[in-house]
Amino acid sequence: MKVSYYPGCSLHATGKEYDQSMKSVSRALGIELKEVDDWSCCGSSSAHSTNFDLSIALSARNLIAAEKDALDVMVPCAACFNRFKMAEHHLKADKKLKTKIEDVVGAKYQGGIAIRNPIDIIYNEIGIDTLAAKVVKPLTGLKPVSYYGCLLLRPPDVCEFENYENPFMMDKILSSIGVDIKKWSYKTDCCGGSLAISKTSIVVDMCDKLMSAAREAGANCVVTACPLCMNNLDMRPSSGLKLPVFYFTELIALAMGLTGAKETLKSHMFDPQPLLKQLQLI
Amino acid sequence: MENFLEEVNKKIHGVPLQSCYHCRKCTAGCPTASHMEYNPNKVIKMIQNGKRDQVLNSKTIWLCLSCETCITRCPNQVDIARMMDVLRQMAIEEGVGAREKNVLKFHESFLSNMKMGGRINEPLMMVQYKLKSGDLFSDAVMGVEMFMKGKLSLLSPRTKDIKSVKDIFEKTKQS
Repeated sequence: MKVSYYPGCSLHATGKEYDQSMKSVSRALGIELKEVDDWSCCGSSSAHSTNFDLSIALSARNLIAAEKDALDVMVPCAACFNRFKMAEHHLKADKKLKTKIEDVVGAKYQGGIAIRNPIDIIYNEIGIDTLAAKVVKPLTGLKPVSYYGCLLLRPPDVCEFENYENPFMMDKILSSIGVDIKKWSYKTDCCGGSLAISKTSIVVDMCDKLMSAAREAGANCVVTACPLCMNNLDMRPSSGLKLPVFYFTELIALAMGLTGAKETLKSHMFDPQPLLKQLQLI
Repeated sequence: MENFLEEVNKKIHGVPLQSCYHCRKCTAGCPTASHMEYNPNKVIKMIQNGKRDQVLNSKTIWLCLSCETCITRCPNQVDIARMMDVLRQMAIEEGVGAREKNVLKFHESFLSNMKMGGRINEPLMMVQYKLKSGDLFSDAVMGVEMFMKGKLSLLSPRTKDIKSVKDIFEKTKQS
C-alpha cells in the first residue's frame, strides 16, 4: 500500500530513531511512503494551550498539503496524530470555523483522507500473520510492557483508536515478533509530556512511577510509539529505576533482521545494547 | 454583560459546565492533580461561583498536561481539557499572565521557533527558552550528551514556504 508520510519535527531530531526504523520497517512490509510536501509543525501543545485558532490552522495547513496526494496520511508521532485528528474533528463539526480556518490558511480543506497511526496500519492493513511470517530472529527473552500514553487514544471520539482504556494492538504486534509481553495497568497513563522542560520535577515523579510499575510487572524494557514519551522515559526517571526504552518499530526492525536495525540503538540516552547483548539478540 | 461562567461556556463551545455534578472522576484520573492548588472539578465550581481572578491566576490551569483523561472519563462529557485551554488563553488575553511562568515561557519559545523555520529546531528552541526563563544550567549535561549522540541537529530542514506559516501566525494573532 502507499500512504502519505508526515514525520513531524521530533522525528527529524530527538526522535530520529523512530523515523529511521519506521522507514525501514515500512519498506520491508511493503508500505510505500510519500512524504507530505513542504510540511510544517503541527502546532503541538504550545499552540493549543495558548491560541485555539492557531492550533487548528497549523494542523489544517498540513492536512491540506497531504490531501494533494489523495492518500491516507500516516503520522507516527502520537502528538502530531492527536493534533491532526483534533483539527479534523473541529473542522468537520463546525462549518463557521472551517470557513475561518480556510481563510487563514488560504486553501480549501476537503477532509477526504484518513489520518492514521502506524500501529493501526501495521495491525489492520498488513496484519499480524504477515508480520510474524517475516520474523527471522524472534526477540526471545525480551520482556517489555507496552506503553501507549495519552495522545493516540484520547479523547476517544476524536482519536478513534481501539479500546482506549486497555488498548491491545501494539501488544499483539509485539507478541508476533517473539517478545514476552508483560501485563500492567499503566498502558495509557501520562508521561508528563510538554512539562518536561518547564516543570521537570513533576515529570521525574511521573516517569519514576511508570518505571516502578514496569519493574513490578516483571518487565526488562518499555516499548512506546511516541517520541515525547520516549524522551521522557529515556531521560527523566531517577537513575536506579531506568529501563531500556524502544520504539516498537525498532524491535520489529531487529526481529526482521533489517539493515540498520542495530544503528538506531546507539543513540538512546539509556543504552539498551547491554540488555540485547545479554539476551544474544545483537 | 456575560458572567464568567457564560463566557467560558461560550468559548468551550460544547457541553456547558453546569452539567458537572462533581463526581470527581476528572480529579481522580488527573496525573497532576496532586500538584494543583485547585483540583479540576474545583475549578468548575469556582467558575460557577464567578471566581474569575482566582481561576485565571491559578497554577492549576498551567499544570494541566492536556492528557485528556478527564474528558475521556467524564460521565457528562464536560470537556475539562478544552476548558483548561480556554482559561489559559483568557489569562494571556487579559494580561493576567501565567502563575507558572516557565510553562508559558516554554510555549512562547516553541511558537517563536516555529515561526522562524516552520518546523521546530530543538537545540535553538532550547536556547530561546533558556534565555527567556533564565534557567541556564539545568539539563546542560544532558544536552551535551544528546548532541554527542547526534540527537540534536543544528541544521534540520526548514519549511520552504515559510511565508505561509508566518501568515497563519499573523492572521490568528489575538488583538
